[in-house]
Amino acid sequence: MAKSNKPIVWSLFAAGGTLAAFLAPVLILLFLLAALGHAPSVLHYSQLHAFAAHWFGKLFVLTVIALFLWHAAHRLRVTLHDFGLRQDAAIAVVVYVVAAAGTLLSVLYLLHI
Amino acid sequence: MSRRPYVREVSKTRWYFKHPRYLRYMSREITCIFIGAFALLLLCALGRLADGQASYESFLAALQGPWSIFGLLVVLIFAVHNATSWFNVTPKAMPVQIGEEFLPGRYVVVAHYAVWIVVSLAVLFFAGAF
Repeated sequence: MAKSNKPIVWSLFAAGGTLAAFLAPVLILLFLLAALGHAPSVLHYSQLHAFAAHWFGKLFVLTVIALFLWHAAHRLRVTLHDFGLRQDAAIAVVVYVVAAAGTLLSVLYLLHI
Repeated sequence: MSRRPYVREVSKTRWYFKHPRYLRYMSREITCIFIGAFALLLLCALGRLADGQASYESFLAALQGPWSIFGLLVVLIFAVHNATSWFNVTPKAMPVQIGEEFLPGRYVVVAHYAVWIVVSLAVLFFAGAF
């Protein structure tokens, strides 16, 4: 029987969707405040740098970025099919490569802090 | 020999305009575009943070302005839509069984909304938003 990677990407999709449901709106609100010129103190360089320098902060940032990316990648793959694009194999490669590259980049950035 | 090829009645690319239920389905699905875009914004912010104080502060300065505000508002609306639609289907995706009975779905939904509100207020508080 051919092995399928579906359980892996689906669990990342579900975990990312749940995390996004709880956290995305409030995190977006923090950036919206910054766009309005009232950046909350956690978005100031010294505080955010201290947060990302701690191992817990690194874990939090990596989890948020990676799961949001994998959630979006998998759902976008399915949604593009619904929009009538039937090149699923190529689309799957593109969206998962972007998610994997984003995950790897955030690891590299975090190791640099 | 007559041949009557099958003619597809619904368009592959515009089928979801046929019924409001399909449009609601697609409105839930496209939230992923905005979650993905926000994840890329976070990645960008993280890259600037790793690059140093001057780089990060120029990112924060570039974030200000009417277009950012408009874009983030749209992203926020779709993120809230993802949250509410996600919580509303949770009792269907993960029914809670107690003995022979199932816990009524509305308890599961209300519990998720309550946790969502507490988590959001806690993040705003620890972020120093108020």
